[in-house]
Amino acid sequence: MEILDILLSENFWAAALRIATPLIFGVLGALICEKSGVLNLGIEGIFAAGAMAGWMAVWLGADLWSGLFFAALTGAFFGLIHAILTVPLGLSQHVSGLGITMFATSVSYFTYRTALPEVSSPPRIEPFQPLDIPLLSDIPFLGPVLFQQTAMTWLALFLVALVWWVYNRTPLGQALRAVGDNPDSVDAQGLSVYGLRMGAIVAGSACMALGGAFLTMSAFDAFFFGMVNGRGWICIALVIFASWRPGKALLGALLFGAFDAFQVRLQTEVGAFVPSQVFLMAPYILSIIALVIVARRAEYPRALLTPWFKGQR
Amino acid sequence: MIRIEPRESPSRRLTIGVPVASALMALLLAAIPLSFAGANIGEAYQQMAKGIFGSLFAFTEMLTRATPLIFTGLAATLAFRAKLWNIGAEGQLYLGAMAAVAVGTGWLDGPPILLIPVILIAGASAGALGMAGPAYLKTRFGADEVVTTLLLNFIILIFIQMMLEGPLKDPMGMGWPQSSPVVDNALLPQIVPRMRLHYGLVIALVAAVIAHIMLSKSVWGLKLRAVGENASAALHAGIGVKRTLMSAALISGALAGLAGVSEVAGLRGYLTTDLSPGYGYTGIVVAMLAGLSPLGVVIAALFIASVFVGADSMSRAIGVSSYLADLVVSMALICVLIGGFIARFTIKINPVNKQQSTPDTGAR
Amino acid sequence: MNNDTVLSLNQLSKQFGTVIANESVSIDLKRGEILSLLGENGAGKTTLMNMLFGHYMPDSGSIDVADASGQLTPLTLGHPQAALNIGIGMVHQHFTLAENLSAIDNILLGSESLFAWRRSMHQAREKINNIMQRTGLSAPLDTIVGQLSVGERQRVEILKALYRDARILVLDEPTAVLTPQEADTLFANIEIMAKDGLSVIFISHKLREVLAFSHRIAVLRHGKKVGEIATKDADEKIISRLMVGADTPPTARETMDTGATVLQLIDLSVIGHSARTSLEHINLSVCANEIVGIAGVSGNGQSTLAKVLSGLITPTAGQVKIDGEKVSLFTPANILKAGVGRIPEDRHQDGVIGAMSVAENLAIENLDNNKIQTNGFLRHQQLKQNAQHLSQKYDIRGPGIEAPARLLSGGNIQKLILARVFEASPRLILANQPTRGLDMGAASEVGKRLLQARKRGAGVLLISEDLDELLALADRIVIMHDGDLHMAPSHDRGQIGLIMAGQTS
Repeated sequence: MEILDILLSENFWAAALRIATPLIFGVLGALICEKSGVLNLGIEGIFAAGAMAGWMAVWLGADLWSGLFFAALTGAFFGLIHAILTVPLGLSQHVSGLGITMFATSVSYFTYRTALPEVSSPPRIEPFQPLDIPLLSDIPFLGPVLFQQTAMTWLALFLVALVWWVYNRTPLGQALRAVGDNPDSVDAQGLSVYGLRMGAIVAGSACMALGGAFLTMSAFDAFFFGMVNGRGWICIALVIFASWRPGKALLGALLFGAFDAFQVRLQTEVGAFVPSQVFLMAPYILSIIALVIVARRAEYPRALLTPWFKGQR
Repeated sequence: MIRIEPRESPSRRLTIGVPVASALMALLLAAIPLSFAGANIGEAYQQMAKGIFGSLFAFTEMLTRATPLIFTGLAATLAFRAKLWNIGAEGQLYLGAMAAVAVGTGWLDGPPILLIPVILIAGASAGALGMAGPAYLKTRFGADEVVTTLLLNFIILIFIQMMLEGPLKDPMGMGWPQSSPVVDNALLPQIVPRMRLHYGLVIALVAAVIAHIMLSKSVWGLKLRAVGENASAALHAGIGVKRTLMSAALISGALAGLAGVSEVAGLRGYLTTDLSPGYGYTGIVVAMLAGLSPLGVVIAALFIASVFVGADSMSRAIGVSSYLADLVVSMALICVLIGGFIARFTIKINPVNKQQSTPDTGAR
Repeated sequence: MNNDTVLSLNQLSKQFGTVIANESVSIDLKRGEILSLLGENGAGKTTLMNMLFGHYMPDSGSIDVADASGQLTPLTLGHPQAALNIGIGMVHQHFTLAENLSAIDNILLGSESLFAWRRSMHQAREKINNIMQRTGLSAPLDTIVGQLSVGERQRVEILKALYRDARILVLDEPTAVLTPQEADTLFANIEIMAKDGLSVIFISHKLREVLAFSHRIAVLRHGKKVGEIATKDADEKIISRLMVGADTPPTARETMDTGATVLQLIDLSVIGHSARTSLEHINLSVCANEIVGIAGVSGNGQSTLAKVLSGLITPTAGQVKIDGEKVSLFTPANILKAGVGRIPEDRHQDGVIGAMSVAENLAIENLDNNKIQTNGFLRHQQLKQNAQHLSQKYDIRGPGIEAPARLLSGGNIQKLILARVFEASPRLILANQPTRGLDMGAASEVGKRLLQARKRGAGVLLISEDLDELLALADRIVIMHDGDLHMAPSHDRGQIGLIMAGQTS
């Protein structure tokens, strides 16, 4: 049937990878935070902030990579607030995260609206272009799939490898894994629990912001209110699905991207019989199903959601 | 060095003082975005105050805005007290509104005394059902309710869209995706003639009082608080944790559903996809500002509503983006978090390692 | 062996709020010496060592440690890193291990620069193998710590300290989780290391092992050092008196005839976390007027048994009969109704709700009772009266019945739990590590209450790591090992110890 045609087409997988890219950033970012023991529900707002900040930097004249850097910095800033509230102050990670989402979103919207008055069509920038590497893009199948992507997708894939390396091959990674299981183990070996956790949250948040920046600097070229549309929350579900592992995170994001790309194509096939909204709902329903499947066996980082205070034993 | 020690018990003064101070702090901090927007700060605050107290209309508008916030604030309060993170009030609100419209737009007829309770019950049940799903997934599969309720919000909104373009579409609505209007007999009457303030406020206030009594004086409330404070000990003591969580979930969802009914049958008269500018999420801020106390929710809702109404009027008067309101409200949440910390802990600064031991004053 | 001083604690004091944990404590330690820090629970031993290791900042006082050349230099206080750098290693009472990492990863944690891009596993492994050979301690290096037994974890903790070139090793209650024989082996290893130049401080509240294994004994009481004595000059009576301040008469257990059977475990099988903690076809009975003690090192199935009798998990096979009635539904509420009173192992996690008042905690197992509620609404007056009555009867001291329970001391929280349990006049009482963490006064009160309950006709199942406590209180002792129950042939420590280690003849 046509399903097989769809699944075998290069355009389909290229689209899947493109849809997956912001999720890769988001899931990695959430993974880094949660693996060290802190839940960061600010992700939805940080996505918006990264989207707006990166776009606006370019709009104001910066080049794309500087814009990305600025987006990451913005994410790091909001992450720092969340880090201070949840680590040394030990406040509710749920409430702090939701507060950051509200704060980052409203700051982004307010700044954008104040800097750019209401116009009929939103202003645009020159986004990342697909990287066409001469010889490699001729490889059958892989060529068109990978080499229709922009530099940001490559950045995302690189980050997956980097995160994997850090957690599995470096002392820092060991310390981060330990602090998410039993902060006392890290403290007793002379390392700083606060430093490790806060650093992880800041780094993770910077990564999340890149996911948002992808939306305005690569996938599209303008900033819309409501463009994040729940992607942040989907990442939170996907992290659990990925068992807090970078490799599985990539896989989860790709599967999700494939599903989303599939339902878009399916819609063109059966759109006459089934209301479009059913397809719009599909990604969210899929995320919930994915979550329920793994929930029972999910091995949460043991110290997740438990604040740790120095000098209380 | 700086040492942080828990206070023995947070003082009364601080428990009430912190939310008030946070609210004021957030209003003050609004000066920063205001100056970024190039506005005259004094004039901005003036316009804001005018927008709340300047006229009877302004004042009743504020109360009207507060009504759904009381409901969603109560929804968040009861859930959070049980450590059940219901972030789905937004979706549950829409479900309640949809139920009100499904029942109240004409196929059922009767006097108001019959119809109004019917739509209230329908809306509350729909909202409760909206929370029942995530609650079941949590108790049965251990699926985190934060994620499921959040994602469900999006699903419900799309579903509402679908309904409004389909079965619930107003045949006489000239093509707009909106529902048929609620019949007159099912509408919540106005409190002040020619103003938009309606009896939804009264129902909300009654709900707050009932919630307060149930939480502090009933066995059910004790069980809920126990489960929220220490679920293992509650389980060990023989309290049915799953059952308590489920009932908290249903009631929380029902309250959010009532917010939807109130907006549709009291204010708008029909359902559209932009019925709620985020009341469900703002309800969380209301609950936190209220210190998770049902009676405090009323006051916090009034404050937040004032901020929104004032910012709206201000932004129209001097041209600053009305997103300022969202900004102030989110800052209030962060301030109340920090304030809560200050209330629970004392911060002591000691010179490093003096020979003479300094007696700690510690508990208050 | 030189007799140089390697460590000098000078007038250390520490206060938490209004509680004085340590007052002006001074202790010296010589090279190659094994010093035991003795005191009952709450005497300030752990706080003192936590100050040494840098977890706590002393309010006043100082610490000098000998550096590599033997010179006493002041130690930077409040930072574990400083203590580690100067050669102090500590094995905490509650292990500080990351259960998701392997043993060797735990040992290496913090020893390599966080900026490094690779890890140097080969050299590390060599060094650790050398240490294992030299000291006789061994542990499976590549196994995930979560899968190791308690004894193995302890060895990992010690290897952790030795890997960091510890010259002073502090052990906090090291034998709490070991069988008597394992404890002997541990101390034999410590002696080897001490002869090699390692200086050791071990914290204990057990008179016997302090007398058997140390060179010198320092006694703490109520935060102060009340005595220091060379072990060869000490005996049980002397140090006991120092430790408690007066002669404590042992709890007298009068013999009595047992009544009807209150508990029967028939061919019971329950799945636990691992094979070791799962119960397979166990049989046990407890009668009225009887205390049955379950001895054994933690992690052999005691928690699983406690969970079944608390109604928290359901057995996969076999029966539990309370007072002759088979338990059909395993929920805490149902078990309570069947007449079982439970004193949980972790009183803070399972026993009380810290944020709720003492009065509410006293009533919490009894919420359907018509005395404290009508039609679902609480009768606050009754609640208050009930709490006042129980507070008096059971001597619960604290800031009042309306104050949150977390403000009570450990001993008083236990009294609260006892009050709640005993007032329901249960047929069977499950007491799971009831005296853990309590000072001797509080511990002996708990023991007295259990004996009283026994006299009044209840049957008591007492699970305890403290063999001495079991020998004093229990009429019969059963030993739990690897999920199986074995009868103790006599009240002989050595024999029981062997069975605890798994050697059943």
